[in-house]
Amino acid sequence: MTILEFTVVVAIVSFVAGLLGSLTGLGGGVVLVPLLTIFFHVDIRYAIGASLVSVIATSSGAAAAYVKEGFSNIRIGMFLEIATTFGALLGAFLATRIPTSALAIIFGAVLLYSAYVSRKARTLAERSLPPDPLATRLRLNGSFPDLEGRRTYNVQRVPTGFSLMFGAGALSGLLGIGSGAVKVLAMDQAMRIPFKVSTTTSNFMIGVTAAASAGVYLSRGYVDPGLSMPVMLGVLAGSLLGSRILVKAETKSLRLVFSVVILVLGLQMLYNGFWGKI
Amino acid sequence: MPAAEAPARQSQPFKPQPWRDRRIEVILGNLLRTGVLVSAAVVLVGACIYLYRHAHDPADYRVFRGEPSEYRTFSGVIQSVISGRGQGIIQLGLLFLIATPIARVAFSVVGFAIERDRQYVAFTLLVLAILLYSFLGSGIGV
Repeated sequence: MTILEFTVVVAIVSFVAGLLGSLTGLGGGVVLVPLLTIFFHVDIRYAIGASLVSVIATSSGAAAAYVKEGFSNIRIGMFLEIATTFGALLGAFLATRIPTSALAIIFGAVLLYSAYVSRKARTLAERSLPPDPLATRLRLNGSFPDLEGRRTYNVQRVPTGFSLMFGAGALSGLLGIGSGAVKVLAMDQAMRIPFKVSTTTSNFMIGVTAAASAGVYLSRGYVDPGLSMPVMLGVLAGSLLGSRILVKAETKSLRLVFSVVILVLGLQMLYNGFWGKI
Repeated sequence: MPAAEAPARQSQPFKPQPWRDRRIEVILGNLLRTGVLVSAAVVLVGACIYLYRHAHDPADYRVFRGEPSEYRTFSGVIQSVISGRGQGIIQLGLLFLIATPIARVAFSVVGFAIERDRQYVAFTLLVLAILLYSFLGSGIGV
């Protein structure tokens, strides 16, 4: 393949991944690394570097729209970013030291888990949980616009959420993804943050987390300009389009299709990892 | 002519939301978007030069070689931009992109300081320190 053909095809694939990732809320990065490694035979380290860059682009690009809606909680975000950025540094450090087949296996496991989470029904946060002393001390509790005015919420189990976010950051730094699935576990399940608040807050955290490991990747020579360029531009354009048509689209069947894709890619990554093909 | 006084805020029945001044948050959101669009534009310029010169070269990413130092340090990137290399300009755009969320965190320090929230000024400074350590301490600055 010539560079021109390669660039065009990768840009189209990245555009579709960004579009589907934004429409389904599952993120585009998680499918990009397996697609690049399995179908384009890109070394997984280059793929992770390019994906990480695209994650920063989509997170930061969508932030302005999310802020206006008034759901994101900047204190929750900033507090948990302490955990995710530390984790991301650790992840990036590990990524340069463990064999690529192990990276592929971890990636496959994360994909399978993401597919599982995306099919599971969300637990609705109970309305009137008592305030947790630590959350109150950290001023994490907040409110968001609802049909009947503003609804308040009390954040629970801060230490558990914080530790899980460290893990989410480490996976993000290790695999070059936003690790949305682990963030859902930490923020929705453990901390009982309402769905809309956790998605919008984690969106802006993803960019900061990715920036913490991107420096390490760039300086280690994992970020190739020729590969990162079509990936970043494609994913960015796709996710911006996705956030515009989100309201009209029928996302339920899309989510199903996308999670099947994630499942298949996860199995493929595990296979390649175990048989030493990556 | 705009009124001299700030428009009256809508009264809220609940305790004010965290980050009371939502204006700062909106400014930060726009800052992020601008940063992304600027870096995308720089990457696009680099892409045109790169594709114009290398369109028919073979694309091969099978074997990991690691980027040469001109694409993984500040000074290397600046030099390759000066010599008009497409890849160097793409890399410059990506450096802008990585700097965008870091700038947002830096501005958040100011935002929390305006609110006199010492606890969160400290938290935000810690996050900023981690980011700067990663960005500057990882060898890019060589």
